[in-house]
Amino acid sequence: MASVFEYAPAPESRAVVDIAPSYGLFIDGEFAEAADGKVFKTVSPSSEEVLSEVARAGSEDVDRAVKAARRAFEKWSALPGRERAKYLFRIARIIQERSRELAVLETLDNGKPIRETRDADLPLVAAHFFYYAGWADKLEHAGLGPNPRPLGVAGQVIPWNFPLLMLAWKIAPALAAGNTVVLKPAETTPLSALFFADICRQAGLPRGVVNILPGYGDAGAALVEHPGIDKVAFTGSTAVGKAIARQVAGTDKKVTLELGGKGANIVFDDAPLDQAVEGIIGGIFFNQGQVCCAGSRLLVQESIQDELLDSLKRRLSTLRLGDPLDKNTDIGAINSEEQLARITSLVEQGEAEGAERWSPACALPSSGYWFAPTLFTNVTQAHTIARDEIFGPVLSVLTFRTPDEAVAKANNSQYGLSAGIWTEKGSRILAVANRLRAGVVWANTFNKFDPTSPFGGYKESGYGREGGRHGLEAYLAPTSPEGAR
Amino acid sequence: MKSTVDADRLGVFKTYKLYVGGKFPRSESGRVYEVTDSKGKWLANAPLSSRKDARDAVVAARKAFGAWSGATAYNRGQVLYRVAEMLEGRRDQFVREVADAEGLSKSKAAAVVDAAIDRWVWYAGWTDKIAQVVGGANPVAGPFFNLSTPEPTGVVAVLAPQESSFLGLVSVIAPAIATGNTVVVVASEGAPLPALSLAEVLATSDVPGGVVNILSGRTAEIAAPLASHQDVNAIDLAGADEDLAKELETAAADNLKRVLRPQPVDFTAAPGTGRLTAFLETKTVWHPTGSLGASGSAY
Amino acid sequence: MPTNAPAALSDVTASDGALRRFLHGLPGVDAVGLEARAASLGTRSIKTSAKAYAIDLAISMIDLTTLEGADTPGKVRALAAKAVNPDPTDRTTPHTAAVCVYPDMVATAKAALNGADVKVASVATAFPAGRAALDVKLADTRDAVAAGADEIDMVIDRGAFLAGKYLKVYEEILAVKEASGSARLKVIFETGELSTYDNIRRASWLGMLAGADFIKTSTGKVAVNATPANTLLMLEAVRDFREQTGVQVGVKPAGGIRTSKDAIKFLVLVNETAGADWLDSHWFRFGASSLLNDLLMQRQKLATGRYSGPDYVTVD
Repeated sequence: MASVFEYAPAPESRAVVDIAPSYGLFIDGEFAEAADGKVFKTVSPSSEEVLSEVARAGSEDVDRAVKAARRAFEKWSALPGRERAKYLFRIARIIQERSRELAVLETLDNGKPIRETRDADLPLVAAHFFYYAGWADKLEHAGLGPNPRPLGVAGQVIPWNFPLLMLAWKIAPALAAGNTVVLKPAETTPLSALFFADICRQAGLPRGVVNILPGYGDAGAALVEHPGIDKVAFTGSTAVGKAIARQVAGTDKKVTLELGGKGANIVFDDAPLDQAVEGIIGGIFFNQGQVCCAGSRLLVQESIQDELLDSLKRRLSTLRLGDPLDKNTDIGAINSEEQLARITSLVEQGEAEGAERWSPACALPSSGYWFAPTLFTNVTQAHTIARDEIFGPVLSVLTFRTPDEAVAKANNSQYGLSAGIWTEKGSRILAVANRLRAGVVWANTFNKFDPTSPFGGYKESGYGREGGRHGLEAYLAPTSPEGAR
Repeated sequence: MKSTVDADRLGVFKTYKLYVGGKFPRSESGRVYEVTDSKGKWLANAPLSSRKDARDAVVAARKAFGAWSGATAYNRGQVLYRVAEMLEGRRDQFVREVADAEGLSKSKAAAVVDAAIDRWVWYAGWTDKIAQVVGGANPVAGPFFNLSTPEPTGVVAVLAPQESSFLGLVSVIAPAIATGNTVVVVASEGAPLPALSLAEVLATSDVPGGVVNILSGRTAEIAAPLASHQDVNAIDLAGADEDLAKELETAAADNLKRVLRPQPVDFTAAPGTGRLTAFLETKTVWHPTGSLGASGSAY
Repeated sequence: MPTNAPAALSDVTASDGALRRFLHGLPGVDAVGLEARAASLGTRSIKTSAKAYAIDLAISMIDLTTLEGADTPGKVRALAAKAVNPDPTDRTTPHTAAVCVYPDMVATAKAALNGADVKVASVATAFPAGRAALDVKLADTRDAVAAGADEIDMVIDRGAFLAGKYLKVYEEILAVKEASGSARLKVIFETGELSTYDNIRRASWLGMLAGADFIKTSTGKVAVNATPANTLLMLEAVRDFREQTGVQVGVKPAGGIRTSKDAIKFLVLVNETAGADWLDSHWFRFGASSLLNDLLMQRQKLATGRYSGPDYVTVD
């Protein structure tokens, strides 16, 4: 019998990134300490190594940053679109130049595999800036009326799961439309946003146009609350999204919310099975399942359940979990101890409620935050793990008998962000896609993203779209209240 | 209702009722309130809707949503145009009602009613065009077909404008249903009669029951359960004052309703697409394209 | 009707209709998804000890091939010598799995190998077009076997396949299998001519049902030969076939694999699709010629730390 083909470690070099021992807030083009001098540590979730100490923004800093953004707004919004475009093109190019450095940095701070930051996050980040750069001098052609105006200062709060990509989704359209921004990265992943500040400096971006405030939820709340902002863009949990919606009630602040999901990945008996298995795996284990549009509910037609589950388990067993910097790693670390605890608790609840848990044999590293890829069978709509967003590498498998039942179960959720359909029958794809109440439907594929493609949810998955022409709309005021086109 | 016939004949009054699920029920509360004209003269008693009427209306609107949103855009356009046709036939009645409700002269009321009829025609024409204006193909960088399509948000609670009891009313209902939403409308509190009469037109215009549900009563009282209702997807606050709007927007956050805040609108001006797009969701569908196959013989 | 199909699937070859229904009932293949998976496995980074293992494994899996009109006994003897002793400067280098020649060169190859543990594979059945009467194809096969071929690389009748005459293709493979006797039979689909991935999956199952010992992508004579995607698809087919029947079938990508980097990617495909059971020259082969020298240069680089050059490996 053949010997085993063991892949030797193939770590990406850390030398490409130089992380300073401490970082300040980026306000008005300068790095500064927090007004109250507070700092926090950011750790690498795969090793618990402290990467750097970062200034922690408080409400005083928020106020300073918003004022800086307001001062910058006048000139920035008055710049000819073609000039704003060139700044964004510069940023896109510098991101491409520094993409390996940023990929390694992101992997260190977030814990996701270098394969993903290198092949997915960073190319998409650069593409986003390229895409919106081109819009900056074409706003009157965006179908939003004859003379669309920027909103003013945008307060943006982003999550830790795609730190730099979420920054790009927020900052690129905002700047293209002529707004200035104050952005708060997540407390567990502040570094790539701070490196982005340096990219703004290299690009010669005028001071105050982009302000970066590392901090916790209190800083985010202060930012949302600040009377000086005109627009709130938030990506994160549905609970916080609702709090924001309450906070802005009665104000003139425009809001876009990109929140949780419990995406159904529907596999019909005539699916291209090998590709469906890949789509299911990618759908739930990409970024350790810490993806709002993850296909966390597998709805499989009962007639092929056994066959599909066998294939799925076999494929799961080939996933390589470990050092995120290793180029062969498929599954990296969970982003934080807190998130790991949440996943663990929901999985325990799944077991307690009688679902059947399965994981491949999988050794977990001794330090850092890790969770083995997990699959639950015998799950029904009534199980917590079929309803609550786990935001981890945990797949709940449910069955259905007919297309109607599949659609009914897929839609039976407070969320409506993503869904998948696997079948070789074209008319069924279109019929099912039509009836799914979800903002993004992937048919015979999953977890595909593109700057030209609008992304966002139905129902409690939030409102507004990011990406594409639609994403621009979130940062422009209609010419008239009635929104002439 | 004013008598318009000979003095020796006693006029027949109309009993104004709610419009829910295509039927004309009285308020579940059994209560009515007095509606007067702009000079304070009694016009009629209107139903004073309760929370339960609001609940029933939401159930009716949800029930109607599947078929209405699934109807072809062409069909919805025909139905909306039919409303204009029916209104045209009852133009005189509405001129009278609007004149009474808003204290307008006959000629001014006629202009308002004409504008309202024309507004149905405008939105009738939008049903099968809005998807082309706000949707489309996205040129993604990969072997994928990618299409964004607008879809109706679902059940929309609509607080009709308080002042413009008819043109304003039509201007908020028509765009919401043109795209396939179903609505629960709270009529102008002080001038609900044109809205309640519009129900009679809708009922005879091929608008399926439940697509438009009309409630009269105290706006704040009816709006509160609608704003917090978990099966309502959006709310148009056109008829709410500042304080009420804030309260309702806060309640609406519980299930992240789409909220259209009150804003100054000149309903006599040509509308844009803002009210159409306010209650649309963009759905983006991806599918692989790939190549037809790699071949080529070269012996 | 004779059948080589395993008992579990014997009824599917009972008639043209049954065979068609079976082959068309196989799950479809989404081209973009398949290619994306192959590309993603292609990003595996194989370093140091894993690379050394993979290079030696790849060398041991080569069917060192010459299939030219200009082939001469001298050329074939040189090829055989290289197969037995690929790197004269390093005797620890494994030999290749086989040499692959036209039928009329089998005897020459056999003699040149002189009992070494390198197989002689012969193409047959009117290679590469396969456009000849069945009798001619069978005579071609018997010729090669009689001359000492250990393995027969046959081509299927692509015309019949594309015309939907699956049973004809099946029966032809059965007949060639019988004519091959104890020689192992590799069935070449010419995937570039079958064109679609659905066809490649169907052909794979058709070949395996008919008793193929190997399924092989291509002749090396058309524009598109072995690709990571079509090989991945065939690896899925042999994996599923064994799952269903217990019978293990080998896979041979051929044509277009020229560099060590490519070969290692294919080994990753094998490792993560069919699994370690196929990581053996008995179950996986590369149909190649120039690949060997690149593997040898990489092998020298690993051993010495210096990049090698073409003057340090032998020309064929």
